[in-house]
Amino acid sequence: MSRIKDAFINQKAFIGFVTGGDPDLKTSEEIILKMIAGGCDLIEIGIPFSDPVAEGPVIQEANLRALAAGATVDSIFTLAASVRAKTAVPLVLLTYLNPVYHYGYQDFFAGCRRSGIDGIIIPDLPYEEKGELQPYAALQGIDLITLIAPTSGQRIARLAEDAAGFIYIVSSMGVTGTRTQLSDSLTDTMAAVKAVTDVPVAVGFGIHTPEQAAGIAKSADGIIVGSAIVRLAAQYGQEAPDYIYHYIKQMKAAIS
Amino acid sequence: MSKGRFGDHGGQYIPETLMNEIIKLEENYEFYKNDPNFNRELTDLLNQYAGRPSLLYYAERMTRDLGGPRIYLKREDLNHTGSHKINNVLGQVLLAAKMGKTRVIAETGAGQHGVATATAAALLGMECEIFMGKEDTERQALNVYRMELLGAKVHPVTSGTQTLKDAVNETMREWTARVHDTHYVLGSVMGPHPFPTIVRDFQSVISKEARAQIMEAEGRLPAAVVACVGGGSNAMGMFYHFIPDKEVRLIGCEAAGQGTDTDRHAATITKGSPGVFHGMKSYFCQDEYGQIAPVYSISAGLDYPGIGPEHAYLHDSGRAEYVAVTDEEAVAAFEYLARTEGIICAIESAHAVAHARKIAAGFDRDSNIIICLSGRGDKDVAAIARYKGVTIHE
Repeated sequence: MSRIKDAFINQKAFIGFVTGGDPDLKTSEEIILKMIAGGCDLIEIGIPFSDPVAEGPVIQEANLRALAAGATVDSIFTLAASVRAKTAVPLVLLTYLNPVYHYGYQDFFAGCRRSGIDGIIIPDLPYEEKGELQPYAALQGIDLITLIAPTSGQRIARLAEDAAGFIYIVSSMGVTGTRTQLSDSLTDTMAAVKAVTDVPVAVGFGIHTPEQAAGIAKSADGIIVGSAIVRLAAQYGQEAPDYIYHYIKQMKAAIS
Repeated sequence: MSKGRFGDHGGQYIPETLMNEIIKLEENYEFYKNDPNFNRELTDLLNQYAGRPSLLYYAERMTRDLGGPRIYLKREDLNHTGSHKINNVLGQVLLAAKMGKTRVIAETGAGQHGVATATAAALLGMECEIFMGKEDTERQALNVYRMELLGAKVHPVTSGTQTLKDAVNETMREWTARVHDTHYVLGSVMGPHPFPTIVRDFQSVISKEARAQIMEAEGRLPAAVVACVGGGSNAMGMFYHFIPDKEVRLIGCEAAGQGTDTDRHAATITKGSPGVFHGMKSYFCQDEYGQIAPVYSISAGLDYPGIGPEHAYLHDSGRAEYVAVTDEEAVAAFEYLARTEGIICAIESAHAVAHARKIAAGFDRDSNIIICLSGRGDKDVAAIARYKGVTIHE
């Protein structure tokens, strides 16, 4: 069992995402520390990728900004290790498969462990393909987070039974980004997941207002917010940490 | 390991949101590919609408000029819409209609696949939206208007490098947002399984015909078949029925752009390394951290940082060979074919013509080789004029 479970003990977890190295590594670390101070129970750090196919424009642009500022897999490990030295909050990486594959599965997950990473989310690695990577993750004690989509249907039981850490329920079709309306099938999806596993479920994609967060937290164990935070990073650059802190306080209060 | 593997390559590296749709596509394809009615309808479309079979043309003047083997051109440029793309598109759009889809989306580089998709959508009564890199919409403005004439909506893609790979990204994003009524007509032998197999099967009509035609004309197999490779669909179609004929060399021509010793190329096998992108494991142009590299070619259709997984496997196994051809060589071949044979071919296909010119002297005079002329060059005339520094008023 990893640190991830701590995020869900006796509370609804607020999970915040930020693209690592955006706008630069130093500010990125300040943002993460302020997110924790503001009430984040788990931090997702995105490893920037040239072609983030599951992301909407806000996070796509953050990826490009971080790459332009020189972020690499190694510098994200350094960032994570530096955060880990200051906090016990669980840290999860979000990355596309190619940077992991190219780094080498063994070295990558050894790097995760050294940097205090607890889990990993890989949007382009479905259940059918995870076998090539999972043994390396397991060896280093890194949870491979399961994603469940509105279209998962009869796949849900199989996906959920295998889950570790937490289950990431994708609230809506399409890519990341803020939305005013979330999928109608969300309640059914959550019920189907809950029927087969005790692993906590967190809902992400599209959530940005305290009202949405409060609504979803009635049935979910946690909520995930990404684009709304990354948008503040884009808007305020090096001044972003304080804006993000206040935003997170407000969101965390809504689900507490 | 999952389905759809070619050696270690291939697979299904896509978001969970698309998995059920991909599984449904595979099930439907497995059913319809063996369905006599589907096959009859598709053959009718190919023959009565697209103009198949395409000619296998003996290029006598080119043969005489090069002084080597007898040179044949497989004339995919003569198909309706002007390229091999229609073979795959008619198959996929018909399949999509059988699956109850009412809308098709597609990426396009040079615009040939977009035009073919818009055409098939018009014919079969489907809504159609095409994603095309903004840079490509400018390079190939005529094709954009052509697609609009056919009733398609064209979205210029402004993300990333604004070329083919970004068009694929954007089409995948669109598909993830709307799968219930929409089929993604992938244009090459790439992407997640079952696309590399579906597209190869629909394109294999090229070598099925060519093999019979060359036996009829020459009474012997070709010493080599030569085709250009971006994602690799015309090459896969040209190679497929010759794969068991070990004596036939299979040669794929990648875009070397300004040279493989520069960073301005799209030579995936020559310069790339193994990776996972756009749903498949294969070779990609990428940096030391697995970031997909910006690629370049004068040809928008070859300007792609990856290659289909079956090509990656044919390379690994040594069954096919892959070479790189520069912009300069391709433009020279484009002009050469126009003047020697009176055929203006696509700048993509000119990469294959260029390589055939280079190697012809190494073959016996009584042997023959086939070049796949994947498309016609009307779309490239303005770009070639620009390349040559000629000002024309369209």
